[in-house]
Amino acid sequence: MNPSLALPAPRGGALRRLSDLLYARRSLLLLALLAPPLLWFGVIYLGSLFALLANAFFGLDDFTGQVVREFTLKNFVELGSPANRDVVIRSVTMAVAVTLACTVIAFPLAYYMARHATGALKALLYIAVMLPLWSSYLVRLYAWKLLLAREGAISWLAKELHLVWLLEAVLSLPSIGGPSLSFSAIGTFVVFVYMWLPFMILPIQAAIERIPGSFLEASSDLGAGPVLTFRRVVLPLALPGVAAGSIFTFSLTLGDYIIPQVIGDSTRYIGQVVYMQQGVAGNVPFAAAFSLVPIVVIGVYLYLAKRMGAFDAL
Amino acid sequence: MRSSPTAPWGLKVAAWGAIAFLHIPLALIILYAFSAEDKSYVFPPPALTTQWFGVAWQREDVWAAIRLSFEVAAWSTAIAVVLGALAAAALARASFFGRDAISLLLILPIALPGVVTGIALRSAYGTLEIPFSFWTIVIGHATFCVVVVFNNAVARLRRLNPNLIEASMDLGADGFQTVRHIILPQLGSALLAGALLAFALSFDEVIVTTFTAGQQTTLPIWMLQELIRPRQRPVTNVVAVVIIALTFIPILAAYWLTRADEPVHR
Repeated sequence: MNPSLALPAPRGGALRRLSDLLYARRSLLLLALLAPPLLWFGVIYLGSLFALLANAFFGLDDFTGQVVREFTLKNFVELGSPANRDVVIRSVTMAVAVTLACTVIAFPLAYYMARHATGALKALLYIAVMLPLWSSYLVRLYAWKLLLAREGAISWLAKELHLVWLLEAVLSLPSIGGPSLSFSAIGTFVVFVYMWLPFMILPIQAAIERIPGSFLEASSDLGAGPVLTFRRVVLPLALPGVAAGSIFTFSLTLGDYIIPQVIGDSTRYIGQVVYMQQGVAGNVPFAAAFSLVPIVVIGVYLYLAKRMGAFDAL
Repeated sequence: MRSSPTAPWGLKVAAWGAIAFLHIPLALIILYAFSAEDKSYVFPPPALTTQWFGVAWQREDVWAAIRLSFEVAAWSTAIAVVLGALAAAALARASFFGRDAISLLLILPIALPGVVTGIALRSAYGTLEIPFSFWTIVIGHATFCVVVVFNNAVARLRRLNPNLIEASMDLGADGFQTVRHIILPQLGSALLAGALLAFALSFDEVIVTTFTAGQQTTLPIWMLQELIRPRQRPVTNVVAVVIIALTFIPILAAYWLTRADEPVHR
């Protein structure tokens, strides 16, 4: 027998017995495999979330600024104040707007990738979407600071195309305009859309890819034009992908505090309030209570998304 | 699925427009690294120079930040690979009560907003009176990196032919030998890909880090400080290009290693 094909000799001893035991008792094997990750996530992650929840019901001693570990609902009363309500409404509105814009921009590209691109072109497009998704968040944000600055590339382009009047008109819009694009809610919105767009493209592409071509042929055989086929066949079947992508765009927008801090007017979003309360103000309990807002909003959103079948497309 | 070769021109324009939208900002970063202007973000740059690369090279604070980020990413990746591989091995084919709950738990750290994970860890450290250190950063990073390794490993394990494992056992190998000679060689490249992505994720993470780092400056935190209060624009431009280059390598390598794997479907 060719020695290079020889099998490793069966071993004896404790290791073999342990192996046999794990093979015979699958649940024991499962337990051995799951114990380390479950311990890590159970103790550290769930423990931290529990600490977060507990802190939300603690108060702050006004005099010493120390956390007082006594049950109080003061933080939640404060959450209802008009200023904080505004922050929540603004954040959720932004998240919804960003999600809608991402869907509209992502859909054609996802469709093109799934149904028209083949071979090398498909691989190229896939990499072109994946690279920005994984590459540095801060560097991409920095790029937008360069683009949107008053002396930056977009202003230059507007001047070259004689569209300065349009830029000025957009910036003079009430409540979303500002002195320059990098100090306006429009700027914040554009950067959010840019940042999370790849998270929307990939699930939609996966969903469209799974639509059998025969469905589209059947639709056109039955007399539907491209518009009707899109509306009645493609769109409903791609919807789980949209829902899956929207979980990311929605959740990431709600939780981000850096984009509105770098690009935007000085109005605040949920993430910024949480960050400033725990940092500058040293009020971890209030920050904890405020961070429960996005958890609740996202919980409701996930529930709705699950009912739309979003998790089958992840 | 059949794909028709001719796309309507409107679709093509919209698709390539989206690609351009994704990539023009990145191209701009590279251009600015060579800009001779050091006081503003003026476009187009008045002149081009390579002098800022030399200036950035001399900066000890940049090097210290890069070193810290490397160490954090290395430790987080190591922990994430072990935990992610174990979880994937347990969940890839098994079905048992609580399976979905466990996979949800693994996804939660990146599905929930970064501020939530950040403030949760911050309150836990505060409550237990754990001082901020290198390890408080690593614990946070490892937690959200697990899912990346997990996803890659699960996709590969589902593709793995179960007959090979049966055959190995039939031929007399025990469970450990089967893992070493059959499963690991096939899982290896998926784990490596997961590790590369986890490394890139950790190397770049800033939101959770700001809650768990105390006074330490990782590279993203250095970058963030420059974003909020620009003090040395030319150096920042160069560092941005270096970060792009450093993260593109692991991402492309990970893509290449797993290009045959199906995306994870349940």
